[in-house]
This record gives sequence, structure tokens and C-alpha cells, in this order.
Amino acid sequence: MRSPSLRALSISTVLAFCLSLSLVFFYAPIEAEEGFLQKIFYLHVPLAIVTLCGFVLGGLMAIAHLRTRDARWDLRSYVVIHMSLIFGVGVLITGSIWARGSWGHWWVWSEPTLVSFLIIMLLYATYQPLRFAIEDPERQARYASVFAITAGAFVPMNFLAVRLSASYLHPRVLGSSSNLPAPMALTFLVSLVAMSLLFATLCSYELAAKRTRILLKARSRILGYQ
Amino acid sequence: MTDLEVQVAPHTALADRPAALALSGLTRNYGERAALQDVSLRLPTGDTLVAFGPNGAGKTTLLRVLATLLRPHSGSVVVLDTKLPDDAWRVRGRIGLLGHESLLYRELSARENLRYHARLHNIGAERVEEQLSAVSMSARADEPVRTLSRGMVQRVAVARATLHSPELLLLDEPYANLDPAAIELVEPLIGAESECTRVVSSHDPGRGLAEADLVLGLRGGRVSLLTDSASVGPDAIAELYR
Amino acid sequence: MSAPIPPPSGKTEPHAAPSRDVHARPGRPVHAPVGKHGLDKVHARADGPHVPPRTAKVVLALLRKELLVELRTLESIPGMSLFAVTTFVVFHFALQQNTVSGQEAAGILWVTILFAAMLGINRLFVADADQGGFDGFLLAPVDRTALLLAKAASLLAYLLVLELVAVPAFALLLLGPPLGQALPGLLAPLALGDLGVAAIGTLVAALAVRTRARDLLGPLLALPLLVPVVIGCARASAPLFELTHAGGVPLRWLGTLALYDLVFGLVAYAVFDFLLED
Repeated sequence: MRSPSLRALSISTVLAFCLSLSLVFFYAPIEAEEGFLQKIFYLHVPLAIVTLCGFVLGGLMAIAHLRTRDARWDLRSYVVIHMSLIFGVGVLITGSIWARGSWGHWWVWSEPTLVSFLIIMLLYATYQPLRFAIEDPERQARYASVFAITAGAFVPMNFLAVRLSASYLHPRVLGSSSNLPAPMALTFLVSLVAMSLLFATLCSYELAAKRTRILLKARSRILGYQ
Repeated sequence: MTDLEVQVAPHTALADRPAALALSGLTRNYGERAALQDVSLRLPTGDTLVAFGPNGAGKTTLLRVLATLLRPHSGSVVVLDTKLPDDAWRVRGRIGLLGHESLLYRELSARENLRYHARLHNIGAERVEEQLSAVSMSARADEPVRTLSRGMVQRVAVARATLHSPELLLLDEPYANLDPAAIELVEPLIGAESECTRVVSSHDPGRGLAEADLVLGLRGGRVSLLTDSASVGPDAIAELYR
Repeated sequence: MSAPIPPPSGKTEPHAAPSRDVHARPGRPVHAPVGKHGLDKVHARADGPHVPPRTAKVVLALLRKELLVELRTLESIPGMSLFAVTTFVVFHFALQQNTVSGQEAAGILWVTILFAAMLGINRLFVADADQGGFDGFLLAPVDRTALLLAKAASLLAYLLVLELVAVPAFALLLLGPPLGQALPGLLAPLALGDLGVAAIGTLVAALAVRTRARDLLGPLLALPLLVPVVIGCARASAPLFELTHAGGVPLRWLGTLALYDLVFGLVAYAVFDFLLED
């Protein structure tokens, strides 16, 4: 298989995380208002960014699938969306913990960012049921790609629509990133890189595992084991 | 209305005649299974190909690929000098498919259904009336299709399939549901007299062999028999089903 | 050889194909068979291949068929309208008042319209899927996007009828301020909302209809996608329903709705063909 590249990815992910965690705990200053709990921001926001980019990436790969009719793009799209869903659950959990710590509630309905994210997760939660509801594998891949493209377009549009209702309870860290003091900005960036690397590594592992399964099935069919 | 001399050319001239169908290595998969595997054949214009084979052998899949409803997964498919699936849109108006389903809306009448299909093919309403009288359904053309018997529905389906005067007819067990009188009615439209190139899927060796120029036997998606009708008898057909 | 047929789009001018000589085939019996009813086969075959119809005509033909089937079966419109009215009645009793106003009123109205629309969306392609209508359309030499346009137009028509029933019912059962003051301003959010529901609803209906759990997947897919439409319409119409100093419709929400409709209209247009083919 392509183990050198997998190995390189895994090692760089571990290194990036070590760096990021040390920065978070030893370098980044403790925020005045929220205290130590604020540091969950370095976990929560990169998770959220990577999740949303993952969904959009899944949509782009779906476009490639429909244009080239190559099933490998569909496999990549599936893995990326699947992984983003898992990361997304992480976002909701870390977001809840942060909300509880900062505002005293596990969930705040009036906060558009939280709500948009929840709606997106509800939409993508139907991805796998949709796939399982179609038997013909070729049609399943095609319909899944159509879904991935529609949902991928939905991600930015949803944020746009929901954010228009003004509630600035959610710390606007990204919009006001210029206000972020240098040490925090650096820590944030490193965390973002680490999270992206983690996403890429996990996706590569899952892709490799799936490809091996497919190869194994094909070989056993040729040899007559089925 | 003239009766001219019947002339039949010997089939040694097969290769010289223009081909309505030219398939080479046609493969269509269903997941890991092959619905059609490596099917190659050449059918001259005006001839009739009859396909035999047990259920699930791929006859319906073959018809649907030729009708441009299914894309071939590999191999080359040339229908009426048009390459599928890339130029499928060019050739759709020249193919008529009569499948297991009538493709008629049950709540609409025969006339409304045919008029709808006529509009889709850019054909005038007079043609609809012609077809209705050709299949003897003019009297009941305004009743909803769900009130018609299966035989009548099949007759209207024949009218639908030949509405746009196609050059290539794809018929999936066309004589099922039809009594002998009805069969006589539809013969001029979809039978040998229609002068179309025809691909017929059949379970009836007697009738099938009688009207075939080329005989195709399918088993498990693969070509198990491909020969002209003179060189094969009902026993060879029966072999396919064992 | 027949002349090349131009691609079926509304833009190019289709030229007439020359008629072919059907008798010029060596080796076939050359006789002119006459059917039992005096039908002259030769005459019927000499037309040659037909010129494909323009897309606009195809959309009209499809729309006509859709509305005809709906008139005969009455599957969508009565169900949607009845559902909306019943929901308002339930709200009326649940809220113990008939004077909702402002944001609350807008929310109730739009959520009810959304759920009523779901009934129509669920049924949109069912007749075609069950009665072989897809095949009938796919065999025709027409631009496949025509089906998207026709189905979206028919869904739009159902929504208009729904709103003709639902909005007065809403005013009667729940709305505090008089409807007359709100109505002119309400037209814009209604129109934009309907367009959004039509585009997304048609796409989701086509996606869900050929799956195993079509009645479940339809709403599961459509509702999240339509949340921004509901938010936009509710926010846009909330000022209209204020009891005192009713405001105008905020343009920013109308702009958002229009953008949303445009984006998903384009997405639906781009991906629809892939849902139909096999």
C-alpha cells in the first residue's frame, strides 16, 4: 500500500499536536474574562473549521465523481463526509462544554452559529441512511454525490442566512481575529494546522482500510471463495 | 397499394449490409455482479434479432441499454450509427421500446396518454388517432387506463411505442397478455411486416425462431449462442434454459 | 443516412430533416403491407425522423400532464390545504388565543406552510416512479431539465393554491392584526419562499423517490435545507404582523431569500440530470 505516506502523515500529526498542546497550556495567555476554560477554544474552533471545510470538500469530490464517473472519487467523498460528521459531533460536545462553562447553559438557541451548525449536522446525518436506502451501488454513489453537492452548497448559504439574525453571544473570534493578541493567534493557527493534519491522517487511514477491503473482496471472488 | 415481388438476399451478404446495431464487448454491471458481460453482435438494418434466455439472463438489461435508458459500463455500443452513451440524445427519437411496463398513466385515458407522448416527440394529434384505430382502441380511448383490461393496455402500449415511427423496435416479450386476435392487430405495427429493425426478447422458441434473422442466447449475462436462425433449432434454445 | 439532429435545446433553431427512402434496403421483401384498417404503412413510415420539440413546449406538455393527473386524483392539493387549516385550528386551541402577532405569527404561518408543502413534495414523483413515467420521459428526444422545470412549476402551482387557502384561514383563526395591512407586503416573501421550496422540494423529491424509505427520507432531507427559507420568510414578514406600528418588509431578508433561491435553483439545475439517468 502507500505506507510511507501514511506513516509520514501520522508522525507529522503527532508532532503538530504535541506542539499545539504545549502552546495551549504553556504559551497562550489565560484569557481575562473566561479564565482557563477559554482554552477549549483552541480545540473547538479548529474542529468546527475542519468539519465545515470537510463537508465542502466532500461536495467538491462529489462533483469530480459525477464528472469523471470514477468510483474512487465517490469513496473519497464518502470518507471525508463520514469523518467530518465524527468531527462535527466533537464540535457539538466541546461547544456544549464551553457554553456550560462560559454562559451557564449546555445549549443556547438564540445563538446562530450553534444553531446553523446543528442544522448542518442534522442534514448530513441523513447521508448514510440515504446511501443504505439505495441498493444499486452505481445509483447509490450517484445519488450520494448529488446529495453531497447540494449539502456542500448549503453549508455556506446556511451560515449566511442564519448569521443575519444578530446575536453576538458567540465570541466572534474569527471575525475579529485581528483583535486576537499574537500569542493566542499563533496558538490558534498551530492548533488549526494540527487538527487539519489529524483529519487528513484519519481520512487516509479509513481510505486505505476501505481500499484493502475492496481489493480483498475482488481477489476472493476471482479465486472463487464467494 | 401494390404487391411487389418478394426478394430475400442470402445471408452471406451479411457483412456488406449496413448495421443497425454494432455491439462490441458490451458490459453492464450491477455492483459486483455482471448483468451483461462482453456481449458482441452485429445486426443489419431491417433484420430481426430474437434473444432467448432464462429470467435474469440479461435480456431486459440488453434492451434497456439499446434504448439508451442504461449506460454501458464498458465496451462499444453503436445504435443506428450513433455511439452510446455520448450521443444518445441524437438517437432517442428513432427508437421505440415496448417493455414490461406500459408506461401509461393509469388515471389518464388512452388518448390523453398518447397525446402526451406525441407532444414529447413533437408529433401531431392526427397520428394519435391513426395509432388508436390501428390497434382498435378508438372506441375506448377516453376511458382511464386503469379501467382497461391487460390486453387492451398492451395494445395501447404498442400504439405508444410505435407512435413516432421508430426505425428500431425493442420489444420485451411483446405478445404476453395478448390474445390471437390482438396479436394479429399489432403485427403490422411491431411484427416482421413493420420493416423496422427489431430486437425481440422471447420465451417462445416456435414463434421466436420463425421471425428471427439472428438468434441470440443469453445465460448469466454472457452470450451463449449467436447464430442466424437457419442454423439453429428449438433444441438448442431449450438447452439455454437447463 | 439521416441528417444530424440538433441537440434538443430551446436555443438553436431545429432544421427539418430530409425524408429518407425507406425502401432503399437491399435484401428485404419489398412490398407495401396494408393493415387491417386500411392503414397505409408506407405513407406512415416515409416521414423520416422527427425534429425534437423545443424545451419550452416540452415543459408545457409535462406541466399539462401533471396538472391533469392532479385534477383526476386530487392527491396533493386538498391534502396540503386541509393539513394547513387543521394545523391552524390546533394552534388556535393550543395557544388559547386568536391574537398572535409579530414574530410569533410569522413563525406559525411559515412552519405550517412548510409542513403542508412537505406533503406535496412527498407525492411529487410518486406517480412517475410507480407507473413507469420516468421511462416514458427518458425515451423521448428532449432535454431532461424540462422535467425539473415542469415539476417545480407544478409544485409552485400547488403552493399557490395552498396559500390561497392557508393565508385567509390563518388570518381568521390566529392573526390579531387585520390581514389587509399585511397582505401587500406579504406577497414578496410568499413568492420568494415558494420559489425556494419549489426548487429544493423538486430536487429532494427526485432524490428520495427511488429509494427504499422514500416517505422518511423526503422530509429528513428537505427540512434542514428549507430552514433558511423559513427563517428568511418569517423574519421578512414579522414586521408586517405587528399589532402596533407595522413595519415594512426588511429588504435584507428578501435579498438573502433571493440569493438562496438562486443558488439552489442553479444547484438543482446542475445535478438533476444525474438523478434521472441509470
